[in-house]
Amino acid sequence: MEADSKPKKSGARLCCVCTQNRAALKRPKTLEQICRECFYAVFEEEIHQVILENQLFKPGERIAIGASGGKDSTVLAYVLSELNRRHNYGLDLFLLSVDEGITGYRDDSLETVKRNELQYGLPLKIVSYKDLYGWTMDEIVKMIGLKNNCTFCGVFRRQALDRGAALLKVDKVATGHNADDIAETVLLNILRGDIARLSRCTSIITGEDGPIPRCKPFKYTYEKEIVMYAYFKKLDYFSTECIYSPNAYRGFAREFIKDLERIRPRAILDIIKSGEDFRISTTTKMPEQGTCERCGYISSQKWCKACVLLEGLNRGLPKLGIGRTQGLNSDAKISNGMVIQEESVQEGQLFCTNQVNPEDQFFGFYICKK
Amino acid sequence: MHLTLEFGGGLELLCESVKFHNVNVDLPKGADKLSMRDLLAWVRTNLIKERPEMFMKGESVRPGVLVLVNDCDWELSGQLDTTLEEKDVVVFISTLHGG
Repeated sequence: MEADSKPKKSGARLCCVCTQNRAALKRPKTLEQICRECFYAVFEEEIHQVILENQLFKPGERIAIGASGGKDSTVLAYVLSELNRRHNYGLDLFLLSVDEGITGYRDDSLETVKRNELQYGLPLKIVSYKDLYGWTMDEIVKMIGLKNNCTFCGVFRRQALDRGAALLKVDKVATGHNADDIAETVLLNILRGDIARLSRCTSIITGEDGPIPRCKPFKYTYEKEIVMYAYFKKLDYFSTECIYSPNAYRGFAREFIKDLERIRPRAILDIIKSGEDFRISTTTKMPEQGTCERCGYISSQKWCKACVLLEGLNRGLPKLGIGRTQGLNSDAKISNGMVIQEESVQEGQLFCTNQVNPEDQFFGFYICKK
Repeated sequence: MHLTLEFGGGLELLCESVKFHNVNVDLPKGADKLSMRDLLAWVRTNLIKERPEMFMKGESVRPGVLVLVNDCDWELSGQLDTTLEEKDVVVFISTLHGG
């Protein structure tokens, strides 16, 4: 029996890597029992390998780390800083934070990012919804109610990150999306039949044809390991659920993934693999990417989603750009981009639909002409 | 049995925002050991003041809540069957929040 600080606890396991120290955790990825020191080493090394194998960065690049003050972005900032130093990536790292204007949630987590700025010595930039769009999330929720909050927030946040990145003049944005997040997204897209997103959501680098590409160095990193790393290393992070999230659809996918992980932890990586290898039938029509007529941002429709949502907010039409049908009956026809024959919609009114034209899914909007 | 419990990752909100609890848990009737299974039931009854479904599901913790006994993953010591000893430190960390 090996010497242990608690001799009564017979069967205390040894680390299977170094066989010296007591095992501190069981890795969900490999089911290995591993001690703290070996865990740090393998955690950091695996991320380093992901960065190399996928060529995420080039020497001399300026990289903005999307930092919310939460567990993933804090650990990402810490690990990237460390790997940048250790392996001489030659990167200029920055912290980029988005203030959505959610009282009691974002204001607290921003305090954490400000501390991270000092702790890791990385310059911080904060961009806010109020400055960019004229609306805080609190104001938006007051207008639209407690459903579809994440739709607004997610869309606005993506653009906010791009705007912030442009202001910082960085070459890429790195976000802390972890394996659990990506597996949830794959499931969500399957549940919603969103083929376009399904084909993109497992890419480790996205937006290469856009203004600022983004990458997810934690794509294969388990959430459990990120939390254990942060706990053992005593990293400072903020951990409260967004007050609007309990109503989010993603919660169901998350619950399912967590239950799956308990039975078969490997399922998370396997779902990602399924998502990566998914092939779409050549006869399926996919939306094409162009630019938004109003703001020039990347869009597969005439107007980008953010412009549609903003238009809805500013015109007091909170449902604009949300969901599928907008009260159209099944007789409504589409011709040359105009909807014909609908009693409840007024001439010249901007409204959203998707049932009529199956390509549009969540994005379609039209001006009614009778 | 005297134990120190720590709640992190947002779980402290379920215990009136108190992160650390020094507790004295009675062994179940007729038992000579305290298991994690027993402790969880005790915690649910005595410490969790709201939304118990955020902490537990069935007789175990909600999936997504990590448990450490003396800084070791409870998966290594048998999860619910882990036996606790005097002065042990048990940490519960939720991973279910934004990153």
